[in-house]
Order: sequence, then C-alpha cells, then structure tokens
Amino acid sequence: MADNDQVDEKKLSAAARLFDVRRVIGGLFVVYGVIVTVVGIFDTQAEIDKAEGVRINLWMGIGMLVLGLLFLLWLRLNPPEPPDPSDIDDERPPAD
Amino acid sequence: MALAAESGLRLDLDIIDYLILILYFGTVLGVGFAARRAIKTSADFFLSGRSLPAWVTGLAFVSANLGALEILGMAANGAQYGLLTLHYYWIGAVPAMVFLGIVMMPFYYGSKVRSVPEFLKRRFNKPTHIFNAISFAVAQVLIAGVNLFALALILDALLGWELWVSILVGAAIVLTYITIGGLSSAIYNEVLQFFVILAGLIPLTIIGLVKVGGIDGLFEKVRQGPLGEAALHTWSNTGSSADNPLGANWIGILFGLGFVLSFGYWTTNFAEVQRALSAKNMNAARRTPIIAAFPKLLIPGVTVIPGLIAAVTIAGLGAKDGDLQYNNAIPLLMEDLLPNGVLGVAVTGLLASFMAGMAANVSGFNTVFTYDIWQAYIKKGRSDDYYLRIGRYATIGGVIIGIGTAFIASGYGNIMEYIQQLFSLFNAPLFATFIVGMFWKRMTPWAGFWSLVLGFLASLTLYVAYLTDAITFNSALEQSFWGAGVAFVTAVVVAIAVTFFTPSKPEDELRGLVYGLGGTSNGTVIVSGEKVWWRNPVVLGTIAVVLAIALYIPVW
Repeated sequence: MADNDQVDEKKLSAAARLFDVRRVIGGLFVVYGVIVTVVGIFDTQAEIDKAEGVRINLWMGIGMLVLGLLFLLWLRLNPPEPPDPSDIDDERPPAD
Repeated sequence: MALAAESGLRLDLDIIDYLILILYFGTVLGVGFAARRAIKTSADFFLSGRSLPAWVTGLAFVSANLGALEILGMAANGAQYGLLTLHYYWIGAVPAMVFLGIVMMPFYYGSKVRSVPEFLKRRFNKPTHIFNAISFAVAQVLIAGVNLFALALILDALLGWELWVSILVGAAIVLTYITIGGLSSAIYNEVLQFFVILAGLIPLTIIGLVKVGGIDGLFEKVRQGPLGEAALHTWSNTGSSADNPLGANWIGILFGLGFVLSFGYWTTNFAEVQRALSAKNMNAARRTPIIAAFPKLLIPGVTVIPGLIAAVTIAGLGAKDGDLQYNNAIPLLMEDLLPNGVLGVAVTGLLASFMAGMAANVSGFNTVFTYDIWQAYIKKGRSDDYYLRIGRYATIGGVIIGIGTAFIASGYGNIMEYIQQLFSLFNAPLFATFIVGMFWKRMTPWAGFWSLVLGFLASLTLYVAYLTDAITFNSALEQSFWGAGVAFVTAVVVAIAVTFFTPSKPEDELRGLVYGLGGTSNGTVIVSGEKVWWRNPVVLGTIAVVLAIALYIPVW
C-alpha cells in the first residue's frame, strides 16, 4: 500500500509539473510573440495603414513575447509543489 | 448558406492567422491529454481534486463569465447604451462577487458540497434538491446551445464555414477536451483563453482609439452623434428612465440589476461557483471570486470602449438585421482595423471564449447530472469509477443535447434577451431561497421547496403575460428586471409564510450550513482569515468595492 501511494504521488506531481498552467500560457505566448513579431517586422505599408499607422503586430508581438517569458520566469523562480496535506484540510469543519 | 456567401462581413485570414488558430487548439487538446493522466477519482474530474491555486481559479471564475456572448453582447450594449453599460460590470457584478467570497463561500466550501443543488439538499430537503438539480441541468444545456450557436455564427460569418459544419466542429472540440480532461482542462483552457482574448481585444481598442483621436476624441464624437451627452454618464441622468439611453432609473439599476439580478447570478450560478469549489483551501476558495472582481473592473475598457468606437466609426451600425447589427460591433471593428497577425490572435480569442462559455455550461451540467440526479436518485452506492464513467457519458449527452438546443436557439432573433430571461426565471428565486435559508435557521425544508417553486412560477407567469401582451413593458430588458424582482419577493414571502406552518430541521443537521451555527459559520471565519493583507478576503474585497466606486467618479 505504502509503495502504491508513493508511486501515485510521484505520478501526480510529474503530471502537475507537466501541465502547470504557467508553462502552458508561457509557452503559447512565447510562440505567438515570436510569430507576430516576425510578421510585424515584415509588415507592408498597406497593413500599417490599415492599423491607422500603428505598427500593431510589432508591438503586440513584443508584448506577448514578454508576457510569455514572464510566466516562464515565474515558473522557474517558484516551481509547483505537491499539495500540502495541511493545506487541503485547512479551515474545514470537523469531520461528520 | 447563401446568406453567408453574400455577407459583407468576412475576415481575410491568411496562413499565419490559421497557424495561430491551430496552435491554440493543439495546445488545448494537449492540455486535455495531459490532464487525463492525472485524473484518478471522480472528484478530480468534477472538482479538479480541489487543488488549484486562487489566482488560477480566480481567472477561471471571471473567464467562465467572459464567454464571447458576454464580449459581443457588452460591446453591442456599449454601442447602443454608451457608458451606462458600465453598470453591468461595476454595480452589477463587483459587490455580488465580493459578497460571494466573504459571506457565502464559507458555507459552500466548508460544507464540502460538490454542487449548489447538493447544498440545497442538506439545508432543505430532497424535493428542493431535485427541483433545483433538474431546472439547473435544463438551463445549462439551453445556454450551452446558445453558446454553440453563437460560436457557429462567428465561424460562419468570419471564416465562411457553413452553420451546421461550424456547430458540429465546435461541439466536437468542446466534447474532446472536457471528456478527456474533465474540469481541470476546462479550467486551464479558461485561464489560457482569458489571456488570448485580451491579446485580441487590446490591439483592437488601441487602434480604434488612435482612429478616433483618443478618449477625448471618442467622447467628443459620441457627444455630437445620435447617442449624445447622456451616453457619457453612468448615474447623473438616471433620475427618470426617459432621460438616458438605457431606459432605466437609478432605483431599477440599484435594486433590479445591482441587487437581485447580480446577486442571483454571481452567488448561485453553479457554473461560476464550481470554479471556487476547485480551489485548494478555504482561503483560496474565498479569494476566487474576489480576485476575479479585479479584472472584471477593467474589462469594460476592451468591450464597452470598442462598442462606442464602433458606434461612431461604423456608419449604419444598429440595423435590425444583417451585418450591421449591434451584436457585430467587435467583428466589424476587427475586419476594419486589424492586420493579419493580431487578427489571427483576435479570432482565436473570440472562438476560444465561445468554447470556454460552452465548456463551463457542459461541465456544470455533467457534475449536477452525475452527483445530484444519477447518484442521488437513480443508481446509488456504486463505485467511484462508475460515477466517473457516468460523468463522461453525461458530457457526451450534454454536448449532443447542446447541438439540438443550438438549432433551437438559431430560431431566436435576439439571443441575449433569451439568456437574460433564463436568469430571471432560475437565478432570482434561487438567490432569495438561499439568502433566507443561510441567515434564518428556522426556515423549514418545505419553505425552501415552495419558495423556489413559487418564485419560479411567479417569474414565469410574468414572462408569459408579457409574451401574450397581457402586461406591457418598455423593453424585454425592463421585463427581465421586473421578472427577477417579482420572483425574489415571492420567494422571500413564501419562505417566511410556509415556515410558520411546517416543522424546522434540528439545529444539529444545519451545522456549517446556516449562519451562526457552529462549523465554519460561527462568524469568526467571516472576519478573520489570513494575516497577510493581500491574502485576506475581507481586505481584498473592500479594495475591490472601493475601486468600483472610484471608477464611477470620472464618468458620473
């Protein structure tokens, strides 16, 4: 039994690490940021004119890239921990 | 689909835009598969194992409400009613969200219920429970159908897909990620789509503002346009309902919208409350709706403002049908202003938010169906695996019924009115029953049942009378305010009256469910909590309310 529980816990925390939402958001926004920035660099005058003269692809691309990197940085500085058992039963009424 | 082919509203997506769209849905499905590996029990599937941090559940909470219906609808209202639309975000949301976190969440989370109907079962009795479970399940699949229909309309109008293809494709993707990943993947997707939809709306707002000469230029154009000065104030013209574009006076806004409709929606709508129930502890659960209140304060900046921009820049906006309906304000601006690249992000965000809206309805439906109908009344005492499987079948069933109700919804002219109507039928009496039951321990089980049923019937009667012209209102909106008010008053009166003729529950059975009776509800939890101020629900809630008031000042 004890062995099983340990294996389960390991599996759970591996899965938790894999799909920590910060990694998902960070990853997607880095990719979007790179794509949109590259599009922005090669924007034609017609496209810039459509956006009222704002180089919106360039700015939004850089913005999304920075946001994505911030999420990945946060993940790195503060990695997910397995749930603390005391956390879970915190402030519950006594068991009935 | 000749209609779509002739439509002037068509976004020209290029390969990059499609790449952005495909990457998003690839990621969402990937999250679903990853989440599947971590799912072991039915609680994991339905409540994410109660393990998520407050910022995740908080963003999921606001995101479950930020469906594309909400975005398109509020931009439409912005174009039609001007800054009065801000009431839906501020007085119509923030106080109720804070109240949910500070006052009501200790009862919900602390009693360990898995759904809102289950709370009713423990506080009142089984008939109350089953009435609410069934009406909730019906309302959820009806709204899921509206979301699916709206999603299909967008795919149809923007990408040129046929309506029935769009409905089936949308349903297939929603089905895949909820059945595979359960609530975790729905919640993860909600958080992800929150950022994507903002990344689409922000450039739209920026370019739009550049076009009209900034906020000052925008207000100047609104002043000179058909909306006029009244559309630039939130309160100062609400002395009489005739003086402002919304057609409501301050009493209606304060009590109808700010109290009955808003508290009814935010505090008892399980699709919302479920997000907080998946938080990792009591404090995180209480902070969930309060954290959600902060983005809610600012979202009108990227919905109402673009609505106003559309009102002054798109000639002929506000047509009864066709492409120039108010509902199309955001898609029309996208067509007008966004170059390929950010256009792909905006389309992705819009599609993702319809998906999120539908996923929230379906995951609310499958939880209530499995726990509150199937497990409680049809097959009791089976293994957890069994209910996990039933939950997956319920998801499939919910999506299939949703496809059916999507075709029903396609027959309605104004889907936003339909939604408002559902809220005034189901949520207003529910809120009344809840609030009396939580604060008055003498309220009896049968009082709970009859107040719910008669409150619902009162609202329904008024609606039928309106439909058959027996009673007339200025607008469908005014009718839904009144419907909610009548349902609320009826439910409270019935709750008090029936209590005097039927037996109460013993106090021991009400511990943790009623204010002032032991458990988490002894009053101390409501004020104490975390020592660190930025984790204290009461401090955070107060800040949110003060900010909401402060934001009103410049647009008084």
